[in-house]
Amino acid sequence: MRLVLEKRAEASTRMAYLSPIIAIALTLITGGIIFALRGLNPFTALYVFFVEPLTTSWSIEQLIVKATPLAMIGAGLAVSCLANVWNIGAEGQLTAGAILGSAIPVFFPDFQSPMTLVLMLSLGVIGGMAYGAIPAFLKNRFGTNEILTSLMLVYVIQLVLDWLVRGPWRDPKGYNFPKTIAFSDWQMLPQFKLIPDSIGPIYINLGAIFAVIAVIALAFMMGRTLKGFELRVQGVAPRAGRFAGFSRERTVWFCFLLSGGLAGLAGICEVMSTVGQLQPGISPGYGFTAIIVAFLGRLNPVGALLAAFALAISYLGGESAQVALGISDKTARVFQGILLFYILACDSLILYRLKFLRSTPKLAEGGA
Amino acid sequence: MEYLLEALHVIKVFGTLKVNDDVTLKVKPGEIHAFLGENGAGKSTLVKMIYGALQPTSGEFRWMGKSVTIPSPAAARKLGIGMVFQHFSLFDALTVAENIALAMPGAFDMKKLSERITRVSRDYGLPLQPTAVVADLSVGERQRIEIVRCLLQEPKLLIMDEPTAVLTPQEADQLFVTLARLAGEGCAVIYISHRLEEVKRLCHNVTILRHGKVVANVDPAKETAASLARLMVGGDIHVVKSAREDQRGATRLKLDHLKLPADGPFSVELKNVSLEVKAGEVVAVAGVAGNGQSELFDAVSGERSLASAAMLAIDGRPMGHDGVNARRNVGAAFVPEERLGHGAVPGFTLSQNVVLTRHSSDEALVKSGMVSSGGAAGVSQRVIKDFDVRKGKPDPEARSLSGGNLQKFVVGRELDRKPGVLVINQPTWGVDAGAAATVRQAIVDLARQGSAVLVISQDLDEIFEIADRIAVISRGELSEAYPASDLSSEKIGLLMAGAHELKETLHAARA
Repeated sequence: MRLVLEKRAEASTRMAYLSPIIAIALTLITGGIIFALRGLNPFTALYVFFVEPLTTSWSIEQLIVKATPLAMIGAGLAVSCLANVWNIGAEGQLTAGAILGSAIPVFFPDFQSPMTLVLMLSLGVIGGMAYGAIPAFLKNRFGTNEILTSLMLVYVIQLVLDWLVRGPWRDPKGYNFPKTIAFSDWQMLPQFKLIPDSIGPIYINLGAIFAVIAVIALAFMMGRTLKGFELRVQGVAPRAGRFAGFSRERTVWFCFLLSGGLAGLAGICEVMSTVGQLQPGISPGYGFTAIIVAFLGRLNPVGALLAAFALAISYLGGESAQVALGISDKTARVFQGILLFYILACDSLILYRLKFLRSTPKLAEGGA
Repeated sequence: MEYLLEALHVIKVFGTLKVNDDVTLKVKPGEIHAFLGENGAGKSTLVKMIYGALQPTSGEFRWMGKSVTIPSPAAARKLGIGMVFQHFSLFDALTVAENIALAMPGAFDMKKLSERITRVSRDYGLPLQPTAVVADLSVGERQRIEIVRCLLQEPKLLIMDEPTAVLTPQEADQLFVTLARLAGEGCAVIYISHRLEEVKRLCHNVTILRHGKVVANVDPAKETAASLARLMVGGDIHVVKSAREDQRGATRLKLDHLKLPADGPFSVELKNVSLEVKAGEVVAVAGVAGNGQSELFDAVSGERSLASAAMLAIDGRPMGHDGVNARRNVGAAFVPEERLGHGAVPGFTLSQNVVLTRHSSDEALVKSGMVSSGGAAGVSQRVIKDFDVRKGKPDPEARSLSGGNLQKFVVGRELDRKPGVLVINQPTWGVDAGAAATVRQAIVDLARQGSAVLVISQDLDEIFEIADRIAVISRGELSEAYPASDLSSEKIGLLMAGAHELKETLHAARA
């Protein structure tokens, strides 16, 4: 018996939606096996990892906090990947945005007005865009591979951040800890009550609202506008894109500025809410995890929003598994990796169908 | 052993499509056996099974009377089956001998191999220089490498997939001599073609395939080209009607000393191309593949920008600096050679593919940056109706259409705009005879309504059918455009071989 992949005449829409679900199921099964091999009851472990984070209002609040940057970056990356522009450096653009936006409280700690908030957020976006512009420029000018340049730039900016918070930007009253002064008032994002006290209460910050706006705007752009059409053509048939008169260079710029800007916004929102200051670790790898979010979400902005919650659970699950099961919270990264692997594998089923063949071909010159 | 190869009730199914349906045929040693059929009739699939590249769904092959399964091309070569594909698998940067060495099983001695190449190529009238680098060779010479590569393995059966598609008439003649000689030595040849004259001239036996089935097995000497065509198509072929009244108007498309540098090591540089296409006429650019046709198309369509605006004028406006959409906006339309991935996005629906080329020229399709899907669907339905595009679903993905139907759509999408200038590269490449006739008739009709049409084609029959004037492109240089009635295929063949060689022959004649 042989297993073959047979090309479908048309892409299967059903499979496009089923593929992430199959991938999640396979990830859970594989995860269960890994837990079992480590001597844990797989059902308890999976429960702790994936269900427990949804049981309290505090953890749901945390879920939204974690999903916010993932959705924001993931939606931008989804658009980029769809246009065949591979921005792997969102983590770096996130860091660049956080740094540039933080310049306001670092240099003008007493500047407190609504303008502070606006200025910090704008600088965050600009920082992300500027840092995303580097691989875009290198690609257009010298034909460098943006996967490599954008990825390597992540480590550069992380070292810059490290140097800043240990050196020139260090809080003079901070007992030599590598961090800036703590942000306050207008240097922090306002919070809103999403669900009243009687049930929750669940608070969300302004970042979550930005994420939802970004997702809706990008979904509209991709679905309805000529720009979205252009990006989609560039992604699947670059030659046809050129024939349609769409400029590849412009698309590279657009995608890097868009996804870089959103990553920068996510970065500044992180330091203006959860972190509250600039320090070496401002993101648990949101920029990288957002790549998985984009693919799990079918490179669709709305899909990315849903996928952001799935990946946010894995972050929270990692934390609760560390507490309840005594395993490393890096397990979350293992799950994320397995998930991406299965999504990419299952995606081949959109264009191909699996078929079992009974007969194995005989070798040459069978009997007469 | 009466038959070298027998195929018995061979069936090949791809998904739901029966590509070969109960094919039974027999090939004798020393016979040149033609597989004749339209594109999509199942010829290529059949020979790929014989060559071991595909496996039949059911049925059996017999080789010298014994039942065999051929699991791979390597196994086929071991049996003594060689194949020359339509698309060559050669490394441009390597020499002839190195390319052949790559395909030889086991260890070899480069020097001895070079000697063998020289001997075999001389014996069979396929002159080849073992030390020549492939990139410098013409398509005809490249084909010789592939043939010599097969001959070195002393095949009993040689399969040739549309070998003359890439050759000048003279090169084709040379090939026929070689094939006849091979057959004389007892080697069987399976010759795939849809060119009837060639088959009549060369082949001893013809198997005609239609929709995957064998419809006839005849002696080509006893048939006429017309009777073969009827068997192939299953009916009479529409003859293109063109009222050849010379009502030429003003020049609508003008190329003036157009130059375009090569954009890669294997791309062709365009040198001083000048041509005028007037209202009401069809001008064809003939030439062997790879002599600058795709570069010419890119330059005329605006996919590649020109150094000076004056090099290209549409209706008197210099447009060399303008992109493809600016040229469309002044009434030009373009149809590239490659349907999937260039002329259309494979995974997009037909109506989305309407937006691809018409988003800038049709105001109804894009309103303030937003795509009107209703407008696109309307255009798409009109094209589908006017050009009889056959399809399974109301708005299918482009890739699900057959070659002929997609070509009708891609051409129809442009003709629907009533363009003043139409530039079309390989209008009927890989298209069935019915669709080809529709497309050719539409091209001629457009010209007669006052448009200027430039056709780039490698199919001489097609060119003589529709063109009023013919120019020949060779190594990036374009000849003068001669009236079609003044040219014969021999003369075109000489022009295809290139002005250089023509001058050389003249010099040689004088000396």
